[in-house]
Amino acid sequence: MNKPIIQLVDICKEYYGNQVLKKVNVSVRPGEVHALVGENGAGKSTLMNILFGMAVIHNTGGFSGQVFFDGEKVDITSPKEAMDKGIGMVHQEFMLLPGFTITENIKLNREITKHNVISKILGEKMKSLDMESMRKDARKALDTLGLDIYEMLSVEGLPVGHKQFIEIAREIDKTNVRLLVFDEPTAVLTEIEAELFLKAVKKLASTGIAILFITHRLNEVMRVADNITILRDGEVVGKLAREEASVEKMARLMVGRKIDRIQKTEKKSNGSIDENILEIKNLKVNMPGERVKDVSLEVKKGEILGIGGLAGHGKIGIANGVMGLYPSSGEVVFNGDKIKLNNPKDALSKGMAFVSEDRRGVGLLLEESIEKNIALTAMQVQGKFLKRIAGINFALTWKIRAHARKIIKELDIRCTGPEQITRRLSGGNQQKICIARAISLEPELLFVSEPTRGIDVGAKKIVIDLLLKLNQEMGMTIIITSSELAELRSICDRIAIIYDGKLEGVLPPDADDTDFGLMMAGGHGKAKEVS
Amino acid sequence: MKNAEIKTQQKRMQFMPDIKKGLIRNIVPVVFAVLCIIGACIAQARPLFLLSSVTIRMARNLLLVFSLIIPVVTGLGLNFGIVLGAMAAQIALVAVTHWEITGISGFIVTALLSVPLSIFFGWLTGRILNRAKGNEMITSMMLGFFANGLYQLLFLFVLGGIIPMVNKTIMLPSGIGIKNTVALRGLKYALDNVIKIEYDDLIIPIFTFIVIAVMALAIKFLLQTKLGQELRCVGQDMNIAEASGIDVDKMRITAVILSTILAAWGQLIHLQNIGILQTYGSHEQVGLFAVASILIGGATVTKATIGQAILGTFLFHSLFIISPMAGQKLVGEPQVGEYFRAFVAYGVIGLSLGLHAWQKQQAARNKFEE
Ligand SMILES: Nc1ncnc2c1ncn2[C@@H]1O[C@H](COP(=O)(O)OP(=O)(O)OP(=O)(O)O)[C@@H](O)[C@H]1O
Ligand SMILES: [Mg+2]
Repeated sequence: MNKPIIQLVDICKEYYGNQVLKKVNVSVRPGEVHALVGENGAGKSTLMNILFGMAVIHNTGGFSGQVFFDGEKVDITSPKEAMDKGIGMVHQEFMLLPGFTITENIKLNREITKHNVISKILGEKMKSLDMESMRKDARKALDTLGLDIYEMLSVEGLPVGHKQFIEIAREIDKTNVRLLVFDEPTAVLTEIEAELFLKAVKKLASTGIAILFITHRLNEVMRVADNITILRDGEVVGKLAREEASVEKMARLMVGRKIDRIQKTEKKSNGSIDENILEIKNLKVNMPGERVKDVSLEVKKGEILGIGGLAGHGKIGIANGVMGLYPSSGEVVFNGDKIKLNNPKDALSKGMAFVSEDRRGVGLLLEESIEKNIALTAMQVQGKFLKRIAGINFALTWKIRAHARKIIKELDIRCTGPEQITRRLSGGNQQKICIARAISLEPELLFVSEPTRGIDVGAKKIVIDLLLKLNQEMGMTIIITSSELAELRSICDRIAIIYDGKLEGVLPPDADDTDFGLMMAGGHGKAKEVS
Repeated sequence: MKNAEIKTQQKRMQFMPDIKKGLIRNIVPVVFAVLCIIGACIAQARPLFLLSSVTIRMARNLLLVFSLIIPVVTGLGLNFGIVLGAMAAQIALVAVTHWEITGISGFIVTALLSVPLSIFFGWLTGRILNRAKGNEMITSMMLGFFANGLYQLLFLFVLGGIIPMVNKTIMLPSGIGIKNTVALRGLKYALDNVIKIEYDDLIIPIFTFIVIAVMALAIKFLLQTKLGQELRCVGQDMNIAEASGIDVDKMRITAVILSTILAAWGQLIHLQNIGILQTYGSHEQVGLFAVASILIGGATVTKATIGQAILGTFLFHSLFIISPMAGQKLVGEPQVGEYFRAFVAYGVIGLSLGLHAWQKQQAARNKFEE
């Protein structure tokens, strides 16, 4: 058997006295796909940051343990060194420059250059960019991934799925790569997109590139990984080869207890089900990659409505349009009131809230505390947690703190306390803060896009349960957009399927798989609708 | 073509919510253009006089204003530290005047001599600004004041006091320290005179403009090279640049050095036209006026182009010429106009910096409201 390309030996890491990695050992051979799984905050990203020489590690006191690359002991102190060695990484948070084009991003700091008169005298740095060749390379990388998007578009405003693919394209475009690290690459992808990605991963591995892959979708692990390392609270609690692994086993090891499958509890009816809380008429939303062409939809008070459909057909655009994040036209009536479109503030103040699918893009104030992040929108939009004395608003800190404490407990946010700044949370725990912020508004109607994206199996259940609880105990109407049909079917009262920017039909959650399949493929009318 | 269609569509999408913001941004040059026109009407100045005064001032100042562009692109904001470039130029000027090298060759020697000085000053400035990430502008401003102290020390005590000076014509009577004003007899119009057109009152220093145009092209070219791409990348996001293997600190220092060199040459062009060096004052307003100019042209702390620099220099100096004349006509007191232009220079800077802080806050807030 060939020898490992990378070996991490006895890695320990402390963040401000908090031990987040304890004697971790991982090694990967060329051509191997190695999955790293664990709960939110288990230390997966931290381990990868160490491997990639990220500045956060060195600015917080470094780490102990040894790293061997290709059999040699190495000391990687900057991303540049890592890259020079042939390590590529797709980070959990985006590393794309919004003002640059897709091509420029893919070729970032690896631009193809050509000589000109000046560069012959003054040297390499004065070379001009060979945009045409760069464009071709970018096109090739995008084609490998099966992403059909114009490579000269600027990255700003692209849907998250596309951004993720651009990041991946950037890594596979590197020619000297020997080890690729993917930190939750599929978290923001739909199932279909993830499928494309997994194929690309297999192809890459077959060329001899070693792949380290972090994900919370355990069935993906089963599909592509050769070996699996399971982390819990910074410790390796299991190493499995694929043959001996199963989703249940991994989940149990990760969490340290058995996980129940998400199941809908018997739902109490909450009265006036027939009243419409939201009426959407002829909504058009200009969201690149997720265009809504003409959707009319009625939402009943107190229901959980699912919005499903294939990627790129516009299901994501609906919530974004109603909440005013992307330019839209049409009519939206909420509780008999017309909502001003293209005006997020209006939508918020009328009692709607939104957990966006793009939680990295419109996400958090990273330098602020958890409690402030959770409470600020509610303070600004609704004047919650504020007391007005002599014309000046005072924040009721103790109220905010108590509220934050409660939510931290409810959502199982792993942190040192409500005052911790959000930059120091793990990616999944940051996502939970986004959900917490929307819930703090106590909206009458909550839009949630991809609620369990990037969240570990244990926390997934917590989030779904919380949504159910909000719905049943507080009568909150919830509209969930998700690319996981199973998730929708487990909690929704009705599921609307969007096809080609239009509403294809509405199905009950217990409808046949074939009905769902047909509708998603545009087979209108063949499937039975619920009234 | 379909691709082109997508592109325009995307463009439209990105701009649509920006129409209001776009107006706000362009409102600055528009307001100043209107002010200029109103002022010109009140002053009833001869067009040819206006034209010749503005031409001369553009030739004097454009390169100084250009020198601000690269740091903005690199995300350092408006580099008030170009004052150090001006000082480098003046030190070189004093040396060359002292050696009595004259004419275009004197100019070239001065230009060359100011380069190593600017590189050194730029390197120092860059290193300090790297320690003050996020507060570059205020730091560069303070640095300018601090450097001014050292500069005075050099010219008042060190020259003649510690370093013996042979040529006494530029020294104070005591023999220690440089005179308050040094006539640059040998260098006056050294560059302008190479080629120029004269018509009535109007003098157009063609050659100087050619030099300025070449510099503008050089900046444009530079920003399109590999180096330029790295500078822009750092300007957009330091963390991402770092993670892509770009040496962020080095790039920032490079940007400041380039800016300082350009500023030195700019100050040289400025002074060869004026012909007199105010030893202790010529450099003082350099940063302030250049920054005001580029801001009036519609540039912001995060975005600046050659076009904005040219437009802004034109508007700022037009106002500079017109406002005392208008003041004279209105209240019979040119001094009013003087106050007005100082007010304008400081006002526009304060306003745009305030606006920038506000925009930043808004952006954070928008991000928050999803
Ligand atoms: N910059 C930081 N400063 C302080 N603590 C940090 C920092 N980054 C992460 N941590 C802490 O380190 C621990 C591990 O975080 P890490 O990001 O490695 O988790 P993860 O396994 O990637 O989780 P997720 O699945 O949510 O992304 C967490 O407890 C987190 O709070
Ligand atoms: Mg992580």
